[in-house]
Amino acid sequence: MAKTPEKKDPETTGHSWNGIEEFNNPLPRWWLITLYLTIIWAIGYMIAYPAIPLINGATPGLLGYSSRGEVAADIEAVNTQNAPLIERINELELAAIAGDELVGGEADGFAYNGGKAVFATFCSQCHGAGANGAVGYPSLIDDDWLWGGSMEDIYTTINHGIRHEADLDTRLSDMPAFGEFLTDEEIAGLVQYVGALSEINGAEKTEEGEILFLDNCAACHADDGTGDRFVGAPNLTDAIWLYGSDPATLEETITFARFGEMPAWAGRLSEAQVRQAAVYIHSLGGGE
Amino acid sequence: MQHMVKAIVLGLVVLAAAIATNFARDLAYQVHAVIILLLAGYLFIREVGKIGNKPVPVETGYMDGVVRAGVIATVFWGITGFLVGVWIAFELAFPALNLSEWTGPYLNFGRLRPLHTSAVIFAFGGNALIATSFYVVQRTNATRLFGGNLAWFVFWGYQLFIVLAATGYVLGQTQSKEYAEPEWYIDLWLTVVWVSYLVVFMGTLYKRKEPHIYVANWFYLSFILTIAMLHIVNNMAIPVSLFGSKSVALFSGVQDAMTQWWYGHNAVGFFLTSGFLGMMYYFIPKQAGRPVYSYKLSIVHFWALIFLYIWAGPHHLHYTALPDWAQTLGMVMSIILWMPSWGGMINGLMTLSGAWDKLRTDPVLRILVISVAFYGMSTFEGPMMSIKAVNSLSHFTDWTIGHVHSGALGWNGMITFGAIYFLVPKLWNRTGLYSMKLVNYHFWLATIGIVLYASSMWVSGIMEGLMWREVDSQGFLVNAFSDTVVAKYSLLVIRGVGGLFFLTGSLIMAYNVRMTIKGVGDATPKPAASTVPAE
Repeated sequence: MAKTPEKKDPETTGHSWNGIEEFNNPLPRWWLITLYLTIIWAIGYMIAYPAIPLINGATPGLLGYSSRGEVAADIEAVNTQNAPLIERINELELAAIAGDELVGGEADGFAYNGGKAVFATFCSQCHGAGANGAVGYPSLIDDDWLWGGSMEDIYTTINHGIRHEADLDTRLSDMPAFGEFLTDEEIAGLVQYVGALSEINGAEKTEEGEILFLDNCAACHADDGTGDRFVGAPNLTDAIWLYGSDPATLEETITFARFGEMPAWAGRLSEAQVRQAAVYIHSLGGGE
Repeated sequence: MQHMVKAIVLGLVVLAAAIATNFARDLAYQVHAVIILLLAGYLFIREVGKIGNKPVPVETGYMDGVVRAGVIATVFWGITGFLVGVWIAFELAFPALNLSEWTGPYLNFGRLRPLHTSAVIFAFGGNALIATSFYVVQRTNATRLFGGNLAWFVFWGYQLFIVLAATGYVLGQTQSKEYAEPEWYIDLWLTVVWVSYLVVFMGTLYKRKEPHIYVANWFYLSFILTIAMLHIVNNMAIPVSLFGSKSVALFSGVQDAMTQWWYGHNAVGFFLTSGFLGMMYYFIPKQAGRPVYSYKLSIVHFWALIFLYIWAGPHHLHYTALPDWAQTLGMVMSIILWMPSWGGMINGLMTLSGAWDKLRTDPVLRILVISVAFYGMSTFEGPMMSIKAVNSLSHFTDWTIGHVHSGALGWNGMITFGAIYFLVPKLWNRTGLYSMKLVNYHFWLATIGIVLYASSMWVSGIMEGLMWREVDSQGFLVNAFSDTVVAKYSLLVIRGVGGLFFLTGSLIMAYNVRMTIKGVGDATPKPAASTVPAE
C-alpha cells in the first residue's frame, strides 16, 4: 500500500468540487475479501441459530439453541449437582447445620458459602458487604441483637422480616412517637436520662429523668434500660446505637420514633437459601 | 406585511405561553413556559418595531453568518458538555460531589448524566454537524443556502431545543429513553426544526450548480433524513395533560426496548457516524490538499453502511426478553458492518498517501487523522462487542462507557476540532490561526486524555464483568455488587483525570479561536473576501 510521492497518481474521476477531486482507485482487495468473509460467516450463523422471523415464531436454527434454554440448562445442572446437599440442609435441625459433615464447615462449607452468596446478593445493599451495617441498618457482626442472635431467631427474622406487613408472622414493634403527648421539657429530660444510661454523653442520671423513663419507656426497654428482645426493644445501656446517640438524634428518635423495615425473604428465597443465610450470619461473630 | 404576520403569530405564542405558565402542572413545564413567554415576547416587540420598514435587500453569495454562529455554538456547547462530563465522572468516584445536601436533587448524577450526553452529542455534535453541513453543502454545490432566513431559524430553533432539554433534565424532567430524554413538547419542537433543516439542505442540493452531488453531501443527507425518522418513531407518546411534562410512550415492554435501541444505535450510526463522515469527506481532502482515495469505495461503503446500520440495534438487548432471532440478526449485521465502517477510515487515511509528510508540519491535519484512527478503532470494537459471548462480559460494564468515549472523544471530538481549526480562519477572513503551537498542545492534551479514559475503562469494565460472573466451585456468586464498586475506585479517578485533560485541551482551543477571530498574531485580517460561489 505504501506509495511514494514520486510514484504517479492514479486517474481521478475527472470532477472537482470546491477543489476536491476523487481518485478512481479500485476497492482494496483485502477489504472486499474480509467483507465477503463476514457475509459468509453471517449466513452460516443464521443457519445455525434462530434468525429468520416467520408468522408464528422464527426459524429455530440447526443447533436448536435458545438463550432461555441455555440458562435453564445451566441452572438445572447446578441444581442436580447440589440436590443431595440442599436436601441435607433442609432435613437437619437448624443448630446442627454448621457442624454437619456434609454441608457444614466454613470456607469450603456448602451451607456457609451458599449463605455468603445469598448475603452478597440480597442483604449487602443495606447491611454492607462486610455485614457491618450503617445508620438505620444493624451491624450483624457484633453481639448486640435486636430480635435475638440464635440460629432460630436469625432464621425467623430472615423469613418474615421486620415490620413487613405483607407477612402475618413478621416481627412487629411500634415505639410511640412521644412528641405527640410529651412536652418539650419532658423529652429533653428523657434525652438527658437515656444519655446517662449508656454513660456516653457524660450525663448523670437525675431523679426526674428516672421517673419519666419508668413512666414512658421501661415497659419495653426494661426498668434498667437493657431492652427486651421479645418486642425488639434495643438495649439502651450499651455503646451500640442504630441511629446515633448524640442528643439531637436521641431527641428525634424519642419525638418521632423509628420504624425501620426489613423485607420478608420467605418465598423470594428457597428454604435452603434462608437456612444457608442464617448459618452464614450466625457465623459472623455475634451468633448465640 | 411580513412583519405584521410574524408579530401576530408571536403575539399568539406569547398568549399561549402565558396560559401554559398559569396552568402548568410541574416545575419544568412552568419554567419552559416562562422561557418561551420571554423569548416570544422579545421577538414580538422586535417585529412590531420593524412594521413599515422597507424590505431588506436580498443577500447573495455564500451564507456564512449562520456557519460562524454555528462554530461559536459548537465551541460553547462542547466546553459545557465536557465540563459536566468531568464533573459527573468525579461524582462517581466521590459521591459527595452530588452536593445533594446543599442543592437538593438538581446536581445529582441521574440528572446531570443526560445533561452531559445531550450536551455533547446533540449540542456540541449537532451544532458541529449543522454548521459544517451548511458550509460544505454551499461549497461543494457552488450555491447559496436555500430558503433565506430558514437556516437562521434552524440554528436558533436548535439552540432553543438544547436550552429546553438541558433545563428540563436539571429540573427532573425525563421520559426515561436514553439519548431521547426530552418530553413530548420539546420533541415536537425539534421535529419542526429538523424538518426545516431537511428543507434547507435538500433545497440547496436541488439548486446546485454542480452536475454531481459530492459524497460528503450523501452522508449529511442520510444523517438528516434518518434522524428525522428515528426521532419521530421513538418519541411517539401521549401527553397526560397539555399543561404538564409527563407523557406515556406508545410502545410497552420489549417493543419499547427494541424501538428505543433501534433509535439509540442509529443515533450512533447516523448522527455520530454518517454525519461526521460527511465532515471527514470534506475537511480531510481539503486540509491534505489531496484527492479522495477511492470514489468506488465511497459509493460501496456508503450504501453498505446505511443498509446495515439500521439492523444493528438489537445487539443492545442480548440475553433479554427480545426474541433470539432478533438478537441473531442484530449481531450478524453488526459484524458485517465492520468493513463498511472501515471503508470510511481507509478513504480518510489513504487520502493522505503521498502527503504523509504533512503530518509532521500540520497539527490540524494531525488532529483530523487521529480522529479517523479512533474511528477505525471504535468501529472494530463495536462489532466485537456485539458478539453475544463478548457482550455477556461487557454489557452493563464500564467497557461500554470506554467504547462510547473512544468514539465520541476520539472520532467525533477530534474531527470537529479539526473542522473548527479549518473553518475559523476562512469564515472570519484571517490568514491563519492565532497559534499553531496551541493547536499542537490541544492535540496532545486531547490524545492523552482519551488514552487515559479508554484504557482505564477497559480495565474497569473487564474487571467488573469478571467479578460479576465469578462463581465458586459449588456454583455460588463470589462478589457483592458493592465489591465491584470498591474495586474500580482508582480507575474512576483516572477516567476523571483523562476527562480533565480533554477539557483543558478544548479550553485552549476556545482561546485560540477567540484570538483568531479578533485577528491577533498570525491571524491578520485578509483584505479580499472570497464569499462568492465559484462557478
